[in-house]
Amino acid sequence: MTGEPPGLDARLVVEREAFRLDVRLRVAPGEVLALLGPNGAGKTTALRALAGLTPLTGGGLRLDGVPLEEPERRWRVAPEHRPVGVIFQDYLLFPHLSALDNVAFGPRCQGVPKAQARARAAELLARMGLSDRAGAKPRRLSGGQAQRVALARALATGPRLLLLDEPLAALDARARLDVRAELRRHLAAFEAVAVLVTHDPLDAMVLADRLVVIEQGTVVQEGTPAEIARRPRTDYIARLVGLNLYQGRAEGHLVTVGPELALTTTEKLTGPAFVAFPPSAVTLHRERPDSSARNAWRAVITGMESHGDQIRVALTGEPGGLPLAADLTTVAVAELGLESGAQVWATVKAAQTHAYPA
Amino acid sequence: MSSTATRRGAGERRGPGRGPIGRGLRRGGGGVPLPLLLPALVGLVFLLLPLLALLIRAPWRGLPHQLSSPAVWQALRLSLETATCATAVSLVLGVPMAWLLARTSFPGRRLVRALVTLPLVLPPVVGGVALLLALGRNGVVGRWLDSAFGITLPFTTAGVVVAEAFVAMPFLVISVEGTLRAADTRYEEAAATLGASRFTAFRRVTLPMIAPGVAAGAVLAWARALGEFGATITFAGSFPGRTQTMPLAVYLALQDDPAAAVSLSLVLLAVSVAVLAGLRDRWTGAAAP
Repeated sequence: MTGEPPGLDARLVVEREAFRLDVRLRVAPGEVLALLGPNGAGKTTALRALAGLTPLTGGGLRLDGVPLEEPERRWRVAPEHRPVGVIFQDYLLFPHLSALDNVAFGPRCQGVPKAQARARAAELLARMGLSDRAGAKPRRLSGGQAQRVALARALATGPRLLLLDEPLAALDARARLDVRAELRRHLAAFEAVAVLVTHDPLDAMVLADRLVVIEQGTVVQEGTPAEIARRPRTDYIARLVGLNLYQGRAEGHLVTVGPELALTTTEKLTGPAFVAFPPSAVTLHRERPDSSARNAWRAVITGMESHGDQIRVALTGEPGGLPLAADLTTVAVAELGLESGAQVWATVKAAQTHAYPA
Repeated sequence: MSSTATRRGAGERRGPGRGPIGRGLRRGGGGVPLPLLLPALVGLVFLLLPLLALLIRAPWRGLPHQLSSPAVWQALRLSLETATCATAVSLVLGVPMAWLLARTSFPGRRLVRALVTLPLVLPPVVGGVALLLALGRNGVVGRWLDSAFGITLPFTTAGVVVAEAFVAMPFLVISVEGTLRAADTRYEEAAATLGASRFTAFRRVTLPMIAPGVAAGAVLAWARALGEFGATITFAGSFPGRTQTMPLAVYLALQDDPAAAVSLSLVLLAVSVAVLAGLRDRWTGAAAP
């Protein structure tokens, strides 16, 4: 081994017709990284590239200082020789093998004698709390059990890089909650690099130490879950974390976000800036509010839907067409007589906005 | 008949959750249209009538006497043995060929596929002639086999196996290739991430998963080999006890003892039905959750 820092160091470039993935990933051992992004952003391609199932067309991939793929040198370690474990979206447990033999499959391929491989598999299944299901075929397992068998199978080869593709997507809402908590425990105990792919912000925030948000094949934002939730940098992330997000130019406490809209904020900034505020910070009025309200603008209601015990109102600002989401109580909606197409005034208190440099 | 049975078997296996086929005509949305029903019934009669005739005209009373002849059992045994050997050869050579055709791409793959399936459409007699030219005592390869190893294939039991395999293997290759193409290749990827080489993945994951398709293909090939006539008589001749299989025996008996021919046909029919029914039960048993 070289003196390089251990962990994953990759620049994944995969070029295809009409699609280009180019992401830089650095993950330390013990860290859990989530690739978050909308469908078609290239998350799964990135995961497949890490596993060696999709060849890189550029960049390179090193794990614990060992080069696994360097397209320029035409160097490429085949998937079966990478110290990588994968948990596939629908687990892909071998249907003809029992849970135990599924887990023992990897060690067997590495040349471990059968009895020893099965003993190791049994031990892993016990750690997952699945000793009593060892003899069951995959189709007899519940979603959560299948997920744990898949995790045990991936861990059985002692991988230095664990990849999880939408690990909770195949589960129903009830199982999700339990499995998510359990998976979090197992991931926290995993000493090597873990990379998970998801389109669900909650999964990403609960399971990962750090998020990398991918849109259209490139990284648009990177940081801890808290940072990303507080300071989204794209509309996609803002929607995920449930914030209104405007981009504009700041001068002092004023951020100009549209042709006729400038928002007053508490932060003092200069230059390109974002302004974010939650839908609950928005108030709607039938009449123009009195002149003391500064952040006020006209908007048209485009839709309404219930959102917990609140009503989420979708609006389009006038002029400029900036989209806006507002959370109102049912009572407020009834009192204001709101309906789709209605013209209203929206206000936001400066204290509830958050401005940061773009 | 045999091919319908096996196709169904394969279909049921591939579509889990689909209800059992053969529940009778399903009258969904206003009954079966006459233009479809009428030809279907005519077709059914057309397929079943000859079999029925065989049963009606069978010399039932003389049957025990006919079947006690050792020549019948000799021919039957030879048929079963050679058909089974030909199926084994087809499996050993045909499954890897199907994998190559389904899972790799090489220049001329489509051409190879077309050539492999040529025996499907080739008249078996022509196949027999071609085999003679290739493996006959003076054939392209046969001459060399004879001089180097002293092996002669024509007019031997081994020659029967060769002729049957030549005709039957394409059925297996086509069937297995179809199954492989329909199989989810992501399981092979999963095996690769667990450290399995491509061959290990094939042996331990793909093959068990496509086993029902392989079995269906093998039965198809076996049935084809059991009934093989043209290539066998051309390449291996018709020597009782050595190369005279049941179909040849039936044909020859028909010329001087029609009653014997009918008895032999009945035996062949019974064996086919018994084997296919037995295998079908085993598959459906395995397929049921």
